[in-house]
Amino acid sequence: MTKPIISTKDVHLFYGKKEVLKGISMDFYPNEITALIGPSGSGKSTLLRSLNRMNDFQDNVTITGSVNIEDKNIYAPTTNKVDLRKRVGMVFQQPNPFPFSVYENVAYGLKLEKKHTKEEIDQIVEDSLKAAAVWDDVKDKLHESALSLSGGQQQRVCIARVLAVHPEVILLDEPTSALDPISSGKIENMLLSLKDEYTIVIVTHNMGQASRISDKTGFFLDGNLVEYNKTKHIFMTPSEKETDDYISGRFG
Amino acid sequence: MNDPIRESMLKKSKAAKRETFGKTISFLAIAVIVAVVAAIFYFVASKGISTFTQNGVNFWDFLTGSTWNPGSKGADGKPLVGALPMILGSFFVTILAAIIATPFAIAAAIFMTEVAGKKGTKILQPVIELLVGIPSVVYGFIGLSVVVPFVRSIFGGTGFGILAGTFVLFVMILPTVTSMTVDSLRSVPRHYREASYALAATRWQTIYKVILRSAMPGILTAIVFGMARAFGEALAVQMVIGNAFTVPNSLTTPASTLTSVLTMGMGNSVMGTLSNNALWSLALILLMMSLIFNLVIRWIGNKGGNTK
Repeated sequence: MTKPIISTKDVHLFYGKKEVLKGISMDFYPNEITALIGPSGSGKSTLLRSLNRMNDFQDNVTITGSVNIEDKNIYAPTTNKVDLRKRVGMVFQQPNPFPFSVYENVAYGLKLEKKHTKEEIDQIVEDSLKAAAVWDDVKDKLHESALSLSGGQQQRVCIARVLAVHPEVILLDEPTSALDPISSGKIENMLLSLKDEYTIVIVTHNMGQASRISDKTGFFLDGNLVEYNKTKHIFMTPSEKETDDYISGRFG
Repeated sequence: MNDPIRESMLKKSKAAKRETFGKTISFLAIAVIVAVVAAIFYFVASKGISTFTQNGVNFWDFLTGSTWNPGSKGADGKPLVGALPMILGSFFVTILAAIIATPFAIAAAIFMTEVAGKKGTKILQPVIELLVGIPSVVYGFIGLSVVVPFVRSIFGGTGFGILAGTFVLFVMILPTVTSMTVDSLRSVPRHYREASYALAATRWQTIYKVILRSAMPGILTAIVFGMARAFGEALAVQMVIGNAFTVPNSLTTPASTLTSVLTMGMGNSVMGTLSNNALWSLALILLMMSLIFNLVIRWIGNKGGNTK
């Protein structure tokens, strides 16, 4: 049995007095795609954002329990958030490239580290864009504004931007919900090809997407992790009635 | 035939009438504004040009001449209306004030939007707005009684001059530039910040490399806006600049600006004479400059819009 790369223990999270996560304990394994599904407001995005402490930017957030990455609690006071986010990158729901050129978007994280030469950066930018399956679309307009690209291309540039800093874990928060099916398909295939190198956690509203690409699926409802198991198990023979109802479309 | 539906369809409805009424009112309002602006331009331009058409002053001599004494004639028989001292004075105080104000304004704006929490902004916002509302004569008076003696004690001389004018204008435009910079920083979408943090950037890196950069068109607009204000400010500058019609050769000797000469001279000249016309020419230059500032602001705005 491999060791989990991230494991949360009894995570409770409050926005003000409202409890959004009610004790989540969950293990994420290396080189797997884990899908988090559940209706809106069930806490899956909140859990995702707590894995690299993006919730810190919200006001009035209290979090208890622990999130361990290789046995180190990232909520310990000694945690360096910059180092944490180097290891755990994130892609957001809306494609959010900076208003810079494609090249500068992808090079952004690398330039922050200040340890690469210009040639290395050029190479990494190209590799990242290739890995994100968007190189052919943008190779002729690397120095044009990323905002001139289509939504699907922008989202893949955003993924390339994360790949460039080479994190161990990539968190994706409904990355394809704003995209058309063809762009979504490209991103799904790309995620499958990235699995060998990265650990991927994806929040999705698309049942088909979860069943197509993920190894494990966790079903959230009202801040609880109702069921967490192999994707095949969740979709074919769910143990809980709520899971069954949700995936067969009876609510949510 | 008496079909009520047909009748109501053919008649203008109450709402449509009200719409026409509203459109007429707003059209009239805009027509009045356009007419007033056009009239001002025409008036200033026709008066300002008469220096060159009626009094036969060479336009180039007017811009580059360095002696201003419209009442008398020089050795060569030409009127002494060289506006160079005021033009240079105006540009010096404007540019220097903008150079000093810009870093302060950007730093203050970053503090208000990125560093201080909601509480800090709650206190700072009204302070800045209050500063905008202080009448310029008050600034001038403080300049006269604080800044001028201060400059005198450090650099010697009278204390009047471009340096004193710069300080007063710096304080005057700082709130304007700051609050406009705050607006442009606030308009940077939150998801740029999130994306930057998620790529392991520190707060300072995020501010410097993403927020300031994305807000740059807005910040430039704020600076140009401040410069336009500084260029057009009359009273406060006139009180501290010393009002000497000489080409400035030092920051601490008395000088003059277009506006200060105008406020000093307008009441003391007779309509239709050369000295009066020459003042109108200065006003025309001022008007042209504010037009140019306006165009620059629009140009920056458009350029910023294109990258979005």
